[in-house]
Amino acid sequence: MTADAPRQQYSASLATWLNDGWIATRRNLIKIKRVPDILVFTTLQPIMFVLLFTYVYAGVIDIPGSTYTEFIMAGIFAQTVVFGSTYSGSAMANDLKDGIIDRFRTLPMSPSSVLVGRTNGDLLINTISMIVMMTTGFIVGWRIRSSPLEAIAAVALLLLFAYALSWVMAFIGMSVRSPEVINNVSFLILFPLTFLSNAFVPSDTLPTPLRIFAEYNPVSALVQSARELFGNVPEGAPTSDVWTQQNPVLTVLAGIAIMLVIFVPASIRKFRQISTR
Amino acid sequence: MPEGGTGRPNSYGRMSLATSNICRVSFIEADSLKKTYTPRGASPVHALDGLDLAVPQGTVTALLGPNGAGKTTTVKVLTTLITPDSGTAIIDGIDVIANPERIRPIIGVSGQYAAVDENLTAFENLDMVGRLYHLGARTSRARAKELIALFDLTEAQNRPVKGFSGGMRRRIDLAGALVTRPRVLFLDEPTTGLDPRSRLGMWDIITTLVGEGTTVLLTTQYLEEADQLADSISVIDDGKVIAKGTSDELKASIGGQRVELSLVSADDSAAAREILARYGSGEPTVTSDGRALTVTADDAPAALQRILADFGSSGIQLFDAGMRRPTLDDVFLRLTGHVATLEDESPENTKKKVKK
Repeated sequence: MTADAPRQQYSASLATWLNDGWIATRRNLIKIKRVPDILVFTTLQPIMFVLLFTYVYAGVIDIPGSTYTEFIMAGIFAQTVVFGSTYSGSAMANDLKDGIIDRFRTLPMSPSSVLVGRTNGDLLINTISMIVMMTTGFIVGWRIRSSPLEAIAAVALLLLFAYALSWVMAFIGMSVRSPEVINNVSFLILFPLTFLSNAFVPSDTLPTPLRIFAEYNPVSALVQSARELFGNVPEGAPTSDVWTQQNPVLTVLAGIAIMLVIFVPASIRKFRQISTR
Repeated sequence: MPEGGTGRPNSYGRMSLATSNICRVSFIEADSLKKTYTPRGASPVHALDGLDLAVPQGTVTALLGPNGAGKTTTVKVLTTLITPDSGTAIIDGIDVIANPERIRPIIGVSGQYAAVDENLTAFENLDMVGRLYHLGARTSRARAKELIALFDLTEAQNRPVKGFSGGMRRRIDLAGALVTRPRVLFLDEPTTGLDPRSRLGMWDIITTLVGEGTTVLLTTQYLEEADQLADSISVIDDGKVIAKGTSDELKASIGGQRVELSLVSADDSAAAREILARYGSGEPTVTSDGRALTVTADDAPAALQRILADFGSSGIQLFDAGMRRPTLDDVFLRLTGHVATLEDESPENTKKKVKK
């Protein structure tokens, strides 16, 4: 009996954790259903990006051995999921402001579940975005030129990177406390981060200082990984000598690991201390 | 274990909780709670400065004080939301600071503003709270339905909370605090910002709960509310309790009845004041317009008669004259030297005021 006790306690707390995580996730799913602008933004904005970039720039930017449409898709995927991760930041700041976090913190629920539910919400939004973008991409001529397994790996990598970023954003949202500030800050940080990368133009076309930034930019590694895994890198295309560009998948995996290892515990610790002012 | 309400001497020593039909074991007990915030670029703010509190089981205690007095901070410490810098807090024998996870299952909390999810319906909000108390799906749904009927929320049952009035949201929030039939209920300014009708409705609900034996700690800046609902009142200011006792005890502590007079002309103010000082037992107070005067009197009817006689012979014309029992406004004025300010109710204003 005594040997079973800790195990029972463990399975009870695991069940509790799963229950609480699910309840918190369900709350965010209902929100996606009830607040149409999230869904509109999640579906229409990626379609708009795919169409704008492929039709506006396709004639201007020349990708040897391939088409701009093939080149740009990984960039649009990365940009969209990265921005999709910011919902967690503004949602946590909003919940804090509205006193909902105070309510949750006085309940006997596991402290991580609000964050788990929130980041799961982002994951779902991003999954919907990915499906919409890939469908639109297919229509305008984008093709997966690798194996299905590699394509799945590409999607998984994009979603996982954004999921890890959601934890970072949740932490920032709880620290900054203002939904308006978090929206502006994420815009100011994420826009340059996604544009000063290889997402929309090959990085070797950029002026030297920007090129160096773009080569080390983690978003570039993400884009490069997706491009390689979807088979959208044309034969003989020049790749930067920088290690992170030579080993993009490893770089992205390391980035995901670093974000999760630091920000999952940090966010949970933060959550246990915060309260509406 | 120290006895509720009687254990701690204060500057008004004779105000002890003497009600005999109350079980005298403290259910909530806070001792020398201190909490200091240091806002960036400002001097430290002592939100709690050695606050003591004892709430006997099955009673209602009101924390009465103006904005920034430390009411909400006290509730936050007792509901595990913040950790004090020093001091102890015990609920039902459990140390709140050391074992917050053992406190959460037995408490219910309803905050200053309704902490409900706007995108969820009333039912979904209550069901979510039930599931997070680990009631199980079936029990949780049944309890949510029960509370919806009890709180007259049928209208909001299946529509997102977003479109509902403040009073309705507050009812959903309070219902959320009652999902598990908690043994102790914390109500932080339950009626702040509500219209008079919703306030009366809220009072009815709270009175019913108390009748069922729930221990309640409520905070309020409405003196009338504390008078109406609480068995015992702790007046707090600047992070500590400055007086405690029953409403009647507090009133008694500041003397007998008041004689109140309104003059037709402010020109008679000085003469009238002199007459009041002659028959009253304390210094008369005069409003800024000079037309309304008040004085405490041990034998108010006799004092009033004499004052009226003197007014007659001095030719002072009266607009109104009467006697009244002291109100909690008088208590507050006497204890803190200032009247409880009610004009600033938003949390933003509170914050500024606290920071000074």
